[in-house]
Amino acid sequence: MTLLTVEDVHKRYGREEVLKGVSLTLNRGETKVVIGPSGTGKSTLLRCVNRLTEPDSGRIWLENVEVTSAKTDINHIRAQIGFVFQDFNLFTHLTALDNVRLGLVSVKKLPKKEATDRAMAELERVGLRHKAKAYPAQLSGGQQQRVSIARALAMDPKLILFDEPTSALDPELIGEVLAVMIRLAEEGMTMIVVTHEMGFARSVADEIVFMEGGVIVEHGPPDRLFRSPEKPRTAEFLRRISELYGQEGR
Amino acid sequence: MNLVFDWAWLPRLSQGLVLTLELTALCMGLGAVFGALLGLVRVYSGGKFSPLYWLASGYVHFFRGTPLLVQLLTIYFGLPTVGIALSPFWAGLVAMTLNTAAYQAEYFRGAIQSVKAGQMMAARSLGMTRVQAIRHVILPQALRLVIPPWSNELIYMLKYSSIVSLTRLDAGTMDLFGAGRWIQSRTFRYFEVYIIVALFYLALVLILTLVLRWVEGRVRIPGLGTPRRSV
Ligand SMILES: Nc1ncnc2c1ncn2[C@@H]1O[C@H](COP(=O)(O)OP(=O)(O)O)[C@@H](O)[C@H]1O
Ligand SMILES: [Mg+2]
Repeated sequence: MTLLTVEDVHKRYGREEVLKGVSLTLNRGETKVVIGPSGTGKSTLLRCVNRLTEPDSGRIWLENVEVTSAKTDINHIRAQIGFVFQDFNLFTHLTALDNVRLGLVSVKKLPKKEATDRAMAELERVGLRHKAKAYPAQLSGGQQQRVSIARALAMDPKLILFDEPTSALDPELIGEVLAVMIRLAEEGMTMIVVTHEMGFARSVADEIVFMEGGVIVEHGPPDRLFRSPEKPRTAEFLRRISELYGQEGR
Repeated sequence: MNLVFDWAWLPRLSQGLVLTLELTALCMGLGAVFGALLGLVRVYSGGKFSPLYWLASGYVHFFRGTPLLVQLLTIYFGLPTVGIALSPFWAGLVAMTLNTAAYQAEYFRGAIQSVKAGQMMAARSLGMTRVQAIRHVILPQALRLVIPPWSNELIYMLKYSSIVSLTRLDAGTMDLFGAGRWIQSRTFRYFEVYIIVALFYLALVLILTLVLRWVEGRVRIPGLGTPRRSV
């Protein structure tokens, strides 16, 4: 049942300890939403999971393979973990189709025809089949983020990590990206989502994780955590967020 | 003033032109391969702790820090004392290639570093190795960015190749400038020959500029940057 285990991960940049021992487990099909003030180490935590950032200590397992072991082929692990970035990071010199296809051809070694079919199917899934020939700079932010989700999906990941996927978007474009993510959650995709979209968190998350100062302060099901947070810091953060975005969140 | 031009100069000048183009094309091509490798090493070899980094950096600083003229004459007149005698053509080609590679290394390094860090991260997040990421993601973007400085370097080397005539190019292997000097020594028409030679260089530079502009437009990423002709 357990897909991902993160155990006592520490990370320091210079003098600043950004992650001070973070542990969590994620079951297959589960959606965890990570919230917390900025500069708290949320992005660092996500990047440690597939070792885009090398943790200083602590251990991480994907199913029964230790991600943090020196013997593990990290590229093989990364191919199984999708990553969706705040600023999309689509390959600027490639069309939407080639963005989705590149990993299939270069990492999964799929034949061109098969890779193309798969990539088109993923673009279809995010509603952008008609934009296959467009370059990233010709797409809106919302469309770019949907292509980047398709790029992650094409690899058949066991888990997708979303790092504030809607934070760089104009408000009117946020909905189309959240809609794709909500559907993924409903279809049973396993996801960790860092976001400030409280409406999304409330309706989709199986569990909310509140991080502050490099530690997980509190976690629990959204109903409980939003209604009666146990820690004063959690309550304080939720109050500030609802002042920013309104009572219902977005 | 009485200027005299003679059609009879043309065959000699054309021969020189061909040699100039050969030297320039070869040194720019070899320099691009060598320069790209040096640039990649300087960005990706792991910085100050890697011997490769120091080797590449030392090379770049040395060849950018000394005049091409000194490099050429050292290779042509100096190396024979240690038993390496190169023909004027080869001495010229070696000196120009070593020199332009150092400059091009810097252009490639700049271009590689201008590719946003997120591009590498996204590539690695898909499971690509670093070499795959460089090949499929970083280089295709860096090569586009390097075209403008590379074009300048090409024009510079085209003109600067004239220094090879300071070694003894025999009549068969004379560059454009050398051909001019050869004609001058026989006709004493210094002014006219300089004008003609200058016009030849100018024409070459203009043609190459147009070609490279065209290439730059051809590989431009749709939606990025401003189109050359605005409507
Ligand atoms: N590559 C890095 N080098 C140095 N400091 C970093 C780096 N990445 C993040 N940090 C620092 O680590 C802290 C946590 O950053 P981050 O994980 O991005 O927080 P969050 O995503 O919660 O906003 C911040 O203080 C940030 O400045
Ligand atoms: Mg962040």
